[in-house]
Amino acid sequence: MDTAYLSTHPAAGQESGVPLVSIRRVSKQFANGTIAVRDVDLDLGTGEFISLLGPSGCGKSTLLRMVAGLGSPSTGTIDWPGAGEDKAERDLGFVFQDPTLMPWANALSNVMLPLTLKHVPKSEAQERAAEMLALVGLKGFETSYPRELSGGMKMRVSIARALVMRPKILLMDEPFAALDEITRHRLNDDLLNLWWRERFTAVFVTHSVFESVYLSQRIVVMAARPGRVMADLDVSAPYPRDELFRTSAEYAHLCRLASGKLKEAIGA
Amino acid sequence: MSSASPSASVPHDGTDAEARPLTLAEPTILGLPVSFWPRILAPIFVGILVLGLWEFAVRWNEVPSYVLPGPLLVGQTLIADWGTLSASLWITLRITFMALAAAVIVGVALAVLFTQSKWLEMALLPYAVILQVTPIVAIAPLIIIWAGDINLSLLICAWIVAFFPILSNTILGLNSADHNLINFFQLHGATRWQTLRYLKLPAALPYFLAGLKISGGLALIGAVVAEFVAGTGGSESGLAYRILEAGYQLKIPRVFAALLMISLSGIAIFLATSLISHLLLRRWHESALKREN
Ligand SMILES: Nc1ncnc2c1ncn2[C@@H]1O[C@H](COP(=O)(O)OP(=O)(O)OP(=O)(O)O)[C@@H](O)[C@H]1O
Ligand SMILES: [Mg+2]
Repeated sequence: MDTAYLSTHPAAGQESGVPLVSIRRVSKQFANGTIAVRDVDLDLGTGEFISLLGPSGCGKSTLLRMVAGLGSPSTGTIDWPGAGEDKAERDLGFVFQDPTLMPWANALSNVMLPLTLKHVPKSEAQERAAEMLALVGLKGFETSYPRELSGGMKMRVSIARALVMRPKILLMDEPFAALDEITRHRLNDDLLNLWWRERFTAVFVTHSVFESVYLSQRIVVMAARPGRVMADLDVSAPYPRDELFRTSAEYAHLCRLASGKLKEAIGA
Repeated sequence: MSSASPSASVPHDGTDAEARPLTLAEPTILGLPVSFWPRILAPIFVGILVLGLWEFAVRWNEVPSYVLPGPLLVGQTLIADWGTLSASLWITLRITFMALAAAVIVGVALAVLFTQSKWLEMALLPYAVILQVTPIVAIAPLIIIWAGDINLSLLICAWIVAFFPILSNTILGLNSADHNLINFFQLHGATRWQTLRYLKLPAALPYFLAGLKISGGLALIGAVVAEFVAGTGGSESGLAYRILEAGYQLKIPRVFAALLMISLSGIAIFLATSLISHLLLRRWHESALKREN
């Protein structure tokens, strides 16, 4: 697929329109008094690839989970102007830090899970799940159990499972943190390709400056205690990005910039 | 994704599991892997050694058979009395299996109810614990009086002994489902029933099976102990009564033969439950997987 002439994502044109998710003055205080997130304002544009970058404990996971609807904000609102009124229509995919697969089910059944839960007929579910597995590069591994797959392959199954409903938004909480660098690079590239062709909105939580610069159009830098947004950086480099981008001056410049903001966030 | 050519679908993750792990075919003898044989042969060897010493000691010291019969005499008695003993064994085993089945049904049903409602658990679990800690010998006479029917009382006693491990293990298993997976089910709008069926019950399976292994033996013990207490005679007697009877008549070889049958039954039940467990878990659970390192 030769897409080099396209400088922005096809869906990125909608950025100026209504955002998919709109986070307004959201704070979260846990029962034990910890203020995990305070006064976060953030718009997630339709089709955007956004990274949430920040030190450990700055509330990235908490924020992501609230967007997913796992736990509600203490104050503030999270609206979905870019999605239908119907809450059930807000399909989203979620990828955890660990693959979180069902060990008793093979790869295909794991990917089928969201379809099974929505009572999609079995033959159709199988077909769609197999398609998704092929899309993440796991054709031929349908009947393998999680135990028989490598860490990177399990993560691929997890991504396939998150995408099998063709969600509008894919939320990922440090999905590749536990993988080695080579595997991580491969999965980053494959994720970008998937994003490019499936046109979902991607929110990617990470600790890694390099990963966030390589992947995203926008980097939201967060600071800890209490968790808040420090900076919102644009990464205007065109897609597709590859090894060339990793060695470019632009990349180095962006990494320095993001790393500076992150230092500020840690120091603050 | 790197799906340019459909055949090259193996992801190059750069990890050692990139190649699909194969189950290494180990050479087998009579269908069992070579490495498995010592597990069978070693206990058999020890058994033969001990039996040989026992027979030798009994003969050397000329111990009378009403004190301690040698293993050969026990074997002869087992064959000679096979008719009565096997009928009794069948009766004991029937009660054992019925009790075990009841323990499985009630144990799993209660465990599921408890995980659906904390209130039910708080209200009922203490009573399950009381049943468990009360010595069965102590309450067996009461149960025999209340139940009226002797077979029913034996069944209840064996059930009481057998059901708690299944209950507590299944509760533990149902609560052990991965927290993130529970979140995932929630995200996809799973109903309680779906979460139970697709997540909690499969997650509980290894725990339930561990409970079943314990309860299988306990059901047998419960059936035997209850019959000891009941001490009933007649045509419908189990092995425990045969032991009592033979004891009164000083037919000690027969006592040993009956004991042997009980032990072998216990071993058979354990092996059967272990086999079931292995077959159900072999594809995915750590306990049933053979690691190559
Ligand atoms: N359930 C909870 N109850 C109480 N405090 C919590 C809970 N979950 C998170 N916290 C606290 O909220 C803060 C933010 O946690 P969160 O997990 O969102 O951070 P994070 O940015 O994802 O960190 P990491 O990068 O290490 O995953 C932390 O101080 C944490 O201790
Ligand atoms: Mg986190």
